[in-house]
Amino acid sequence: MTNISSLTSLSNITRSEGDPKVLRSGPSSRGVPDSLAKGLGWFSLALGLTELLAPRSITRPLGMEGKEALVRVYGVREIGSGILSLSVDKNLGLWSRVAGDGIDIATVMTALRHDNPKRDNVVVALALLLGITAVDLIDAKAHSARHSRDVGRKRSYRNRSGFPRGVQASRGAARDFKTPDDLRHAPHLAKVSPRTSAA
Amino acid sequence: MRALVWHGKEDIRCDTVTDPEIEDGRDVIVKVTSCAICGSDLHLFHNFIPAMLPGDVLGHETMGEVVETGRNLNGKLKKGDRVVVPFTIVCGECDQCKRGYYSVCQKSNRKKHLADKVFGHTTAGLFGYSHLTGGYPGGQAEYLRVPFADTTVQKVPEGIPDEKLLFLSDIFPTGWQAAVQADIQPTDTVAIWGCGPVGQMTIRSAILLGAEQVVAIDNIPERLEMAEAGGAITINFDEENVVERLNELTGGEGPEKCIDCIGMESHVTLSMPDTVYDRTKQLLLAESDRPHVLREMIYVCRPGGLISIPGVYGGLVDKIPMGAAMNKGLTFRMGQTHVQRWTPDLLRRIEEEQIDPSFVITHEVPLDRGPEMYRTFRDKQDSCIKVVLKP
Repeated sequence: MTNISSLTSLSNITRSEGDPKVLRSGPSSRGVPDSLAKGLGWFSLALGLTELLAPRSITRPLGMEGKEALVRVYGVREIGSGILSLSVDKNLGLWSRVAGDGIDIATVMTALRHDNPKRDNVVVALALLLGITAVDLIDAKAHSARHSRDVGRKRSYRNRSGFPRGVQASRGAARDFKTPDDLRHAPHLAKVSPRTSAA
Repeated sequence: MRALVWHGKEDIRCDTVTDPEIEDGRDVIVKVTSCAICGSDLHLFHNFIPAMLPGDVLGHETMGEVVETGRNLNGKLKKGDRVVVPFTIVCGECDQCKRGYYSVCQKSNRKKHLADKVFGHTTAGLFGYSHLTGGYPGGQAEYLRVPFADTTVQKVPEGIPDEKLLFLSDIFPTGWQAAVQADIQPTDTVAIWGCGPVGQMTIRSAILLGAEQVVAIDNIPERLEMAEAGGAITINFDEENVVERLNELTGGEGPEKCIDCIGMESHVTLSMPDTVYDRTKQLLLAESDRPHVLREMIYVCRPGGLISIPGVYGGLVDKIPMGAAMNKGLTFRMGQTHVQRWTPDLLRRIEEEQIDPSFVITHEVPLDRGPEMYRTFRDKQDSCIKVVLKP
């Protein structure tokens, strides 16, 4: 049990006197992979916005001047990954981050030239990228496993008709029910079309 | 007491909360003996329904025993009564209640001003379903305060297990109303999208009401298997084209009655590009609901046919083919269920063993396993179709 958040306390002002109010919180339905996905989602959004709005702050320290347009495109991709990682489609978001990491690494590798005066920065950037790729990969795998439909037993419901007398005996068993006037629709064809009825 | 509490998107916890108290003469406190997780609770789990606040108690499928009563119940309820609590709170006095349109009761939403702003006019108060519908604490808890209790609850007899009666609170009358408002005729083909708990109840209702052919559409094998056990012809949309198969089953004419038991969260798949379009718009906050099923129903329904919508929609939908709907002269019927209109008759049908709604239960666990079961139900793990919680 944990103490309650300030937001939960604040929401108590909307409740009437007799309504239940939270005293202590139990464990969340969110697991570690879900919470980490949320953190990575916010990180993606922050990084994506930086890439989109201030690409030179990325290209200059890496000696990659002239690649600002490409960084902006990556920024849009990163924002997309962030939105997905924060949504209920976290799996897609996390795996898109892993794919994005691969693209980022390949792009930064091109700056690992001997004639690049910022080569040391590029090495640091690559180390960071490899680290974040490892985190993304671990979380994507853990999240996929946690939410896979394959978890648990496969059961058969072949005998669950819900009709104690069986399906055939139950067909039309509620014909004693009279549809209320306000819910009537088109009349039964046989009642209005002798030709169809005869057929 | 303990209760399942909403703290944010995908964040539900079994918390310790203060006990509910009587506020009005028409209130009762119910000691909950059984409650369930509804498919529409997943819309709250995913934060697709607006006006939820951290600290809101969830749950709108509840039954139990009256343990405390207000002073103005007109002698209709007393301590010890066994009751099912419908998800709709109804005053029983307003014009809508008198008509039997209980889910649009004019008096029971205590946050009427919010609903007036969002919907134009208020609808009924609901348990555990956002502040738009009154912000009433729900019944996934040890105790529940029931407002307007004398007109809201359904008394039930002893001797029938909770599992057979619990679903009178929502999914059974919801499936029943979905079928009844389709005015099923003996020659009708009824196509039902979605084989979750409401879809399963709709299938049984359509069979009981005598439809010639009931067709159930889903892509989860165990749900299709349960649908087939209930008398439906099944279509797995991962394996077959829904429109082609429905036309084939109806001699090319299309089903007379189409029922949407999915609502705002249609399955998203690349093989149905409009679902990807909807999901993208939803992520960008440009659309709140994914109406693929509505589009498909309008397209395949027989001209002059009827579309019944028990599935929950929360806000705005896009690209609805109104031209097809208008030119085909389709009738649309939808809405939250007027539970109290149907429960006495459905209780009789359970007592007479026409139906045993407990067939749909796949998991029964203690209340404190609720948070975990929300995830199991959402992810369709462990062949989960319906979860009952025991406080």
